[in-house]
Amino acid sequence: MKIKSTLENYLFVLPAVVIFVIFYVIPFIWVFQLGLYEWDGILPTKTFVGLSNFKEILFEDKIWWQSMWQAGYITLIALTLQNMLAFLLAWACDREIRMKNFYRVIFFIPPVLSEVVVGLVWQWILDGNYGLLNNWLAHFGLQNMARNWLSDPKTALTTVAVVHCWKGFGWGFLIFLAGLQTIPRELYEAARMDGANAWHSFRKVTIPLMVPVTVMVSILTVLGTMQAFVLIIAMTGGGPAYHTQVPVLRILGSMRGSSRFGYACAQGITFGLILIIISFIQYRFSHKARQA
Amino acid sequence: MFKSQILKLVAICGLCIGILSGCAPKKEAGKPSITAWHWMTDREPAFQELAKRYEAETGVKINFELYAPSDAYSQKVRAAAQGVNLPDIFGILSEKRDFSSFIKAGHILELTSYMDEADGQWRSKFFAKALAVNEFSEGNTYAIKPGVYGVPLDIMTIQMVYNKDLLKQMGFNPNRPPNTFAEFIEVGRKIKEAGLQGLVSGWGEVWMIDCLANNYAFNIMGKDKVLATIKGEIPYTDPGWVRVLTLFKEMQDSGVLANGLVTMINKNAEQLFANGRAVFAFNGSWCVNVYKGMNPNLNYAAMLPPAASEKYPMSIWGGAGSSFMVNARSKNKEEAVEFLKWLTDKNQQAYLAEATANLPANKESLSKIPEILSQFADDMESTTHPNVWGISEFPAVIEAFDKGIQSIIIGEKTPEQIAAEVQKIKQRELAKKR
Repeated sequence: MKIKSTLENYLFVLPAVVIFVIFYVIPFIWVFQLGLYEWDGILPTKTFVGLSNFKEILFEDKIWWQSMWQAGYITLIALTLQNMLAFLLAWACDREIRMKNFYRVIFFIPPVLSEVVVGLVWQWILDGNYGLLNNWLAHFGLQNMARNWLSDPKTALTTVAVVHCWKGFGWGFLIFLAGLQTIPRELYEAARMDGANAWHSFRKVTIPLMVPVTVMVSILTVLGTMQAFVLIIAMTGGGPAYHTQVPVLRILGSMRGSSRFGYACAQGITFGLILIIISFIQYRFSHKARQA
Repeated sequence: MFKSQILKLVAICGLCIGILSGCAPKKEAGKPSITAWHWMTDREPAFQELAKRYEAETGVKINFELYAPSDAYSQKVRAAAQGVNLPDIFGILSEKRDFSSFIKAGHILELTSYMDEADGQWRSKFFAKALAVNEFSEGNTYAIKPGVYGVPLDIMTIQMVYNKDLLKQMGFNPNRPPNTFAEFIEVGRKIKEAGLQGLVSGWGEVWMIDCLANNYAFNIMGKDKVLATIKGEIPYTDPGWVRVLTLFKEMQDSGVLANGLVTMINKNAEQLFANGRAVFAFNGSWCVNVYKGMNPNLNYAAMLPPAASEKYPMSIWGGAGSSFMVNARSKNKEEAVEFLKWLTDKNQQAYLAEATANLPANKESLSKIPEILSQFADDMESTTHPNVWGISEFPAVIEAFDKGIQSIIIGEKTPEQIAAEVQKIKQRELAKKR
């Protein structure tokens, strides 16, 4: 009877396992295998090069590591600025304020817009010659601050990061809001009866209960931001020079620009492993924090 | 009970198969249907019209399938090549190296015998430079059997255009654009003083930087030295190459380059020029159609990039604009070749040129093109293209060179630094190849 029940359980998860194996495990193994070859993506023959593609990525490809750091910088801004903004807005919308449903819709508009459209619109706003932002700055007497936001190496990356935050904060907002709504109102009532003010309630009730949600949002932010590239292509194409290059753009460049499919696969595997390690570390830290 | 369920299942399956087979396109016996993939959004209506005419004339149906943008099209063609399911006719949007891989993989039919039959009647219709882009010559470094492997549909040149009204506004003769680099720099200073935008181009898509840099490399060092550099016989730290890189610094310092040029995409550059906001543009002959659509009253003319040296002539990139190849594995390859012969015939080429404002690949069809387009055609003799050099530079070197020019323009690095960095990458790639 127990064996039958166990077999039944396996039978139920079998479709999911099959789909996972076909669409995730096999492609991963295949991509890893391709990473061991030099191949242009057209010829039927591939040249086995062992781990030399991985060696080149790890020890010779400086631009790859520059792109990793730049993606890390955008992620850092997203983790702090974007998530803080998302949390504060979600917290505000969770309270009894007027037109909160309207705000919920407004805040969720940027994430549902096409990244290419957002990139092109922001490119137009930030244009150094005829951009709206520089026009406003001049209008308010701040023409000294006007610049070529996307072509200046000092501002390009931060500008892209800020636009990415604007585009992405709605997801965090939605998840934070859902999390806040699961906190029992009685806890706030009890805290108030015990003499806690709004700040104390926030610190002692909201924050501890929102830790699991924050962890999830953080992991999603890291994974989403590290893999961002559509917005960047639309805004700067990875330039000026290499200043807004990110890993996915490098992988794309290896495939399309250089016709090095094997190397691109090796980059993809390396990048995937780095993301897994980051997520694991993040999870371990947050797990410890929760236990503490 | 069980039996009736099986019968029901069989009946449902039969019904499904019947419905699905009913959805399949009907094939008329004896009349082959040719499928052609392309990426040219602007030429789609003209292609459809020509397909109709061809079917009316011969009974052969041509299915033009558009896959745009060009990046997506390239990926589709590569994926189809990997799956060995390319259409009867297709185009390749890559460098000569990739073109050679398609041939080596047996995807492309050699067309030399078709070109040469009847005393080379088909071959003689094309501009030699247009055909050269699809040709592999004797002793080519790609190890491809010499011959013709593609059919050019149109020709193009990539050069400069200037706004006549803006040039006049700055006090220059609108019919005499800057001829030398020194004159160009002088205009740049005036542009800066007038608060106008100078040269616009799609330098965010770095291949256009590469194009202009190569023009100047040919002008300063000559073809032989440029090719010797690609072969690894001359380093990029050679004074000639440093001079080429320095030209970009001088352009930036003079103010002749538009603000934000390093991240500008060509569509934006075209808008700026078409709206009369930029004095110069570096663009291909396809721009005539684009500017016509954006601003039909734009008063402009074509010019060669101003020469930086008198030692060698100024060479610009040009040749075949877009080409079609025939799938060597197609069972309709003979019909596909026949269709391409028809498509590149005088009348069809004239129709394409008129409908799409592109330069026809057929020499006999040039008479009907607009004046501005004929200015581009006039410079056809000054053209060259990496696809006719018989040798390709390493992609990593090209990237370092082009991105290096961006670094020079944004004032981050000096020409000497970039030359040294590019040479280092060149040596690494050469060592890897060895």
